[in-house]
Amino acid sequence: MKRGISHQLSATSLIFFCGAVCYAQHISSTELINKAKEYDGKTVVYVGEAIGDVMVRGDSVWVNVNDGENALGVWLNKELAREIQFTGSYHANGDRLEIAGVFNRNCIQHGGDMDIHAQEIRKISPGKPVKDEIDTGKRNFTFILLGILCLLLIFARRRGSRIAIS
Amino acid sequence: MILKPQLQDLKNIGYYTGKIIIGIGLTMLVPMVIGLLFAEINPALDFLIATEITLTLGLILTRVCFTEKDLNWMQGMLVVSLSWVAATLVGAIPLYLSGHWNSYLDACFDAMSGFSTTGLTLVQDLDHLSYAHNLWRHLIMFIGGQGIVIIAISSFVKGISGAFKLYVGEGRDERVLPNVINTSRFIWLVSIVYLILSTLVLGIVGIANGMKPVNAFFHGACVFMAAFDTGGFAPQSQNILYYHSLLFEVITIVIMLLGAMNFNLHYRIWTGDRREIWKNIETRTLCITIALTFLIVLIGLNEVGSYPRAVIMFRKGFYQLISSHTTTGYMTIYARQFIDEWGNLALVGLICAMALGGGTCSTTGGIKMLRLGVIAKALIQDLKRIILPERAIVEQKLHHLKEIFLEDKQVRAALLITVSYLTLYGIGTLVGMLYGYPFLESLFESTSAAANVGFSCGITTPGMPAGLKLTYIVQMWTGRLEFMSVFTLIGFFIAVIKGK
Repeated sequence: MKRGISHQLSATSLIFFCGAVCYAQHISSTELINKAKEYDGKTVVYVGEAIGDVMVRGDSVWVNVNDGENALGVWLNKELAREIQFTGSYHANGDRLEIAGVFNRNCIQHGGDMDIHAQEIRKISPGKPVKDEIDTGKRNFTFILLGILCLLLIFARRRGSRIAIS
Repeated sequence: MILKPQLQDLKNIGYYTGKIIIGIGLTMLVPMVIGLLFAEINPALDFLIATEITLTLGLILTRVCFTEKDLNWMQGMLVVSLSWVAATLVGAIPLYLSGHWNSYLDACFDAMSGFSTTGLTLVQDLDHLSYAHNLWRHLIMFIGGQGIVIIAISSFVKGISGAFKLYVGEGRDERVLPNVINTSRFIWLVSIVYLILSTLVLGIVGIANGMKPVNAFFHGACVFMAAFDTGGFAPQSQNILYYHSLLFEVITIVIMLLGAMNFNLHYRIWTGDRREIWKNIETRTLCITIALTFLIVLIGLNEVGSYPRAVIMFRKGFYQLISSHTTTGYMTIYARQFIDEWGNLALVGLICAMALGGGTCSTTGGIKMLRLGVIAKALIQDLKRIILPERAIVEQKLHHLKEIFLEDKQVRAALLITVSYLTLYGIGTLVGMLYGYPFLESLFESTSAAANVGFSCGITTPGMPAGLKLTYIVQMWTGRLEFMSVFTLIGFFIAVIKGK
């Protein structure tokens, strides 16, 4: 009987939590940082691009997620992190993730860092490699400048040798 | 009567400035090669364009102003101040070409911030910046920290007398070795040995923390350059918070403290004279001021009660304090947290630490420990004069590499520079307030810029007024050169206009 009630309670709270997560509005990093006290310890939904390294620490992982304003550290289970394929760098756009988790203003577990302990993550859009196509304008400008520099060097060498002779 | 500068003055200034510009152009080849290694074609082109422009300018200057005469004091000071402006203008070219800076002014802001080892930044989308540009941001800190002119001294300035004038003009009045060229080379030797060791250690820690090996070593090298040169740039937008690692924080604290030490003390360590460290007035003053300012920060943080545990308060407080006192500017909190969560008292503690700075003949900014020690000793001497009988001869000694009797001229020089710094902090604060920022925030940001720290409480953003950007650029430049070269430049312009 007791077990049944606890199951029912868990199911209800899970539905409630999922509902809260699904319908909760995304909170920007600026709002989280500026109103950290208000959001401290609360479950928030944060959306942004995974950037840099996915840093494995035991059974968990650190991923830094940038929403275009700031990047926040997200602490999540290794299993949840499996979904992350691309992280943002010069060569790639990282996966865009929706993270539902507990926001900590000064996380006790992590030396007072401001972070989010993820409970769920969802990949909104996958990342992809960025092709570094040559900028023809820059290329042409390089050749023009190279020509000027070469002419100048030739001129400087001639004048230099004249000075040395005199 | 003010004498109008002669053509020979202009030729000497132009020739040596041109040489330094060529030196900067050649260093741009390093990030260009890195760009090619990482298959970053456009960034490599950015650096090739910047190198070509810089070398062209340098060549024109050295040819037009060709001279074989040595520098006099005024010319030496002018070469230094103009070289820093030129370095900023050309150093900003590759940054601007990357498209990560809103305007050329923003790129110049970051270039000056880098060369002066400040660390304030207006970069956009740093997390997608190329390895080449990221390396350049840190390399200019490394170059600027040792001294732009020191590169020139150790490579192409022939005359020792001229080299000494350039060396002094760059805010260093102490030599490690009798010959200033050897001093410059020693400074580079120390820095490169530490660079190799620290990159290895930080790289290994990075790998242990779960970073990819290439990133770990790249970040290790960049973080070392910015920490040892007390700069404060970092490869990612979260600064040191990106790493989420206590060990990383501890290592960077050690590097920052090494960077804040006088190169003379490094020399003593290298030659086995470790006792000098504990006897030296700079080390003692630094220990006292760290203890005092940390106490203020702790009381302030405790009053506000932002941190749930004492250990956390200690960790966050100590890191930010060491970072500010060594004028590095590395942060493990977000800029806005200073204002929202630290409270006024803790901020005042940090501002005091920033204003004071580290050792003379180091890479730090601010008033510096030797001057503070001299002023404190002078104060003690005056107190003794009041307390002791009138006939008593009061002599005050201090230990800085050797026993020195305190003289009035030392006190005067220390006070002059201290007052100049305080004025510079004040001017920046006033300008910030004129733009509508609150007093404490303006003071915080102004002190950070003028003492070459790099902490921001949120004022420094790409959207801040252009006038304030220019103010901070001038503050960073003046603060790094410790006034004399800048004053000489102002005097030179007056002489051009009013001289006969």
